[in-house]
Amino acid sequence: MSRYLLRRLYLMAFVFLALSLFAFSLGYLFPGDVIQNLSGLRQIDDEQRQQLINYYQLDQNYLQQYLAFLSRIAQGNWGLSFASQQPLLQEIKLLLPATLELTAYALLLSFILGIPLGIVAAFKPHSLIGKSISALAIAGYSLPIFWWGLLLIMLFSLALGWLPSAGRLGVLYEIPHSSGFMLVDILQADVKYRSEAFHNALRHLLLPTIVLATFPTTVMIRFVRDAMLNVWEQNYIKTAQAKGLSRGQVLYRHGLRNALLPVIRQIGLQFSTLITLAMLTEVIFSWPGIGRWLIDSIYQRNYPAIQAGLLVISTMVITINMLTEILHALFNPLARRG
Amino acid sequence: MNLSNYCSTHTIYCCAYTKYAAALLVAWLMLSGCQPQMPQTARSGLVYCSEGSPESFNPQLVTSGTTIDIISQQLYDRLVDIDPDNGDIVAGLATSWHVSADGTRYQFNLRDNVSFHSTRYFSPSRKFNANDVQFTFNRITDLNHPFHFEAGGIYPYFQSVDWANLVKKVEAIDDYTVTFELQRPDSSFLSNLATDFAAILSAEYGQQLLAAKQPGQIDRLPVGTGPFRFREYQKDILVRFYRHNDYWRGNTQPEQLVFDIVPNNARRMAKLFTHECDIVAYPRVAELELIAKREDVTVQESTSMNVGFWAFNTQKPPFDQLEVRQALGMAINRAAIMQAVYYGKATPAYGILPPTSWAYNAGLPAPMYSPAKARALLTKAGYPNGFTMNIWAMPVQRLYNPNALKMAELMQADLAQIGIKANIISYEWNSFRQKLGNYEHDSVLIGWAADNADPDNFFRPLLSCAARDSGSNRANWCDPMFDDIIGQALLTADQQQRRALYLTAQQYLHQQQPLVAIAHSQRFQAISSSVSGVSINPYGGISLQHAKRVSP
Repeated sequence: MSRYLLRRLYLMAFVFLALSLFAFSLGYLFPGDVIQNLSGLRQIDDEQRQQLINYYQLDQNYLQQYLAFLSRIAQGNWGLSFASQQPLLQEIKLLLPATLELTAYALLLSFILGIPLGIVAAFKPHSLIGKSISALAIAGYSLPIFWWGLLLIMLFSLALGWLPSAGRLGVLYEIPHSSGFMLVDILQADVKYRSEAFHNALRHLLLPTIVLATFPTTVMIRFVRDAMLNVWEQNYIKTAQAKGLSRGQVLYRHGLRNALLPVIRQIGLQFSTLITLAMLTEVIFSWPGIGRWLIDSIYQRNYPAIQAGLLVISTMVITINMLTEILHALFNPLARRG
Repeated sequence: MNLSNYCSTHTIYCCAYTKYAAALLVAWLMLSGCQPQMPQTARSGLVYCSEGSPESFNPQLVTSGTTIDIISQQLYDRLVDIDPDNGDIVAGLATSWHVSADGTRYQFNLRDNVSFHSTRYFSPSRKFNANDVQFTFNRITDLNHPFHFEAGGIYPYFQSVDWANLVKKVEAIDDYTVTFELQRPDSSFLSNLATDFAAILSAEYGQQLLAAKQPGQIDRLPVGTGPFRFREYQKDILVRFYRHNDYWRGNTQPEQLVFDIVPNNARRMAKLFTHECDIVAYPRVAELELIAKREDVTVQESTSMNVGFWAFNTQKPPFDQLEVRQALGMAINRAAIMQAVYYGKATPAYGILPPTSWAYNAGLPAPMYSPAKARALLTKAGYPNGFTMNIWAMPVQRLYNPNALKMAELMQADLAQIGIKANIISYEWNSFRQKLGNYEHDSVLIGWAADNADPDNFFRPLLSCAARDSGSNRANWCDPMFDDIIGQALLTADQQQRRALYLTAQQYLHQQQPLVAIAHSQRFQAISSSVSGVSINPYGGISLQHAKRVSP
């Protein structure tokens, strides 16, 4: 196991090296003035320019500049945003929890719904229930998320008026910012209207979570179903059945454990898709997360922000991918050899 | 809403267990979807969906209507105000005023017992007095004022009315008397003091910031005397104000006022329909009928002092020729524009002054649409085969021109009929204005919304030589004759005399045609039927002091 871990970490180091090189070169590849792109400052006078050249070591060779870049990233000095002239790291710190919160709930929902439905569909693959679950999964899988989100807004917000159409919380509720995770912040807040605010935040969460969870849920259903059907064909299941175990016992003790193992790995693989979909969801529901911010930055040609956003999101995706791989290997000795 | 009682009991029941039963609650929510009973502070709050973020929290520094709507009437007071019903100057922080016989000295008696906002960053130790007035206006004119250069030293509105050369001295005679000494009489002086830009700041707060060496905060964390006090600003998300409980006029209704920043038009409408917003500024004219159909939303309409126009760069050939300008004016079909761009919700403009102004010249002839005559004029000017020109169309939607691109396209087709090939040009709004200021355009579709009821506000900031030098004269037009007329009108306080001079000025503009006035648009706002006490002020920013939620 430790050899496997080392090998994985080694690989991860290389991926991060490549990522940092790419992010570093972006500063030079973006159109416009390199110093502006690096610092994020809009107006730079001559004296300041000289200071910045020293600071970014632009008079040194590229290796030096790259090392300076790495140390800046490590120190948390990520430059300013063109649009707001605020430090980027600070902006990201405010925005990232919103995205993580939404993504986490969507992922959770996809497990809660996807795994049982997948099992049911595999248990009776030729029954009406099994077939309709599979059909739903296919439909959900091919649903364009933008259209689906707008459709839900039209129905539940505009036509029925049940749920709000945008944002994380009704603007009249004032919740002090502490962790950045809205539900946690509300529970920690010392305000009279805490329970109402919590209720309101849940109402805001509901539609985006459903929209974002649609894709991973359908993937989960299909995956669990296929894995279950596959496991069901194995000889050890037949052995178990031959021993005289009941169908439920076989399913739980021998089927499910083996079928769910690959699901862990699936989380990691789905995560990058999920982040991409989260960006779209944030745009549709005006969710103040990092995805919407990144898309706005692209529109505004806010190069320092694009660079920083890319760095953060890629790091996050790579890390989670690795973590799930390791977790998978931990549970499945067979995977450690690969 | 009979449901609400049922819901509220449920809410309480549910929320006691929220920590444990979040998932259950989600399922329950899907089924019931009730509006929760709001707590005291949240229920009495009001949400205004704004189309953009404020640029600053000091009205002296801005010109954009969006910012003025958010900050001016809510946070600040002025020495004098404009009566929204008839445009008269009425008392504000000044209870009375006296003008010297030669019109160069204004003395104001100030209201006592007016308190500034107490916020988490400032607690006033004294009431409003003459020092605050002096502090406020010296910031604009006095280069040695500690805050003069704080935001770059640019005070756009005051520069457009040549304030620095007009006001010689602001003097505090005693705590509640202040005098303004002017270089020359200016009959628009009181009107300028009544605009949303002439908000009174706190001198004591200024001192505190200087002592703390944080002068930049004065424009970011505002302190005023208005009905609301500043609470927080989350960039591009919201602005939150609380009620100023010691407001001297009293009777402020909302305990909390939130400006929800929603730049997208459709999204703003959606939020109005889902009751996430109570008031929506500037609904699209094309959508008015749709909104009017809903029972829970009311559309308010008001005349507004504005004009949309097509200005020619009169220094560039061939637009320096009067015949060419007249030909262009005759070539465009306004009836089509009124229908396609303004959806019939505007008055065709004969001149730049709207008919609601007291100086309106009713004798101006209606504009003519005649391609044949236009061709003849062009031939006379030496362009029998026409020429190629640019029409710059502003990239944003404004009251006076809701869709400049569409207007430009219509004009393009009209101009093609008299042999002129027009190219439409548009830039991002900031570069657009910058390039206009450098007079890089041939002609431009833009307009003007008045800041006060004085007719001078339509002439001097738009077409004077001073405006040309500061880059805001879109026609790049400087005519000493015209400057002389509008200058004389400022020197006299007699309204009959002024009116006669402005009539002449309008006649002169009609002859010279540096720009073609197109329309005076109505102003609209959509408001939830459960809110009362809000009306559109034709002379400036919206005031939400009396907005009150009534049961529908």
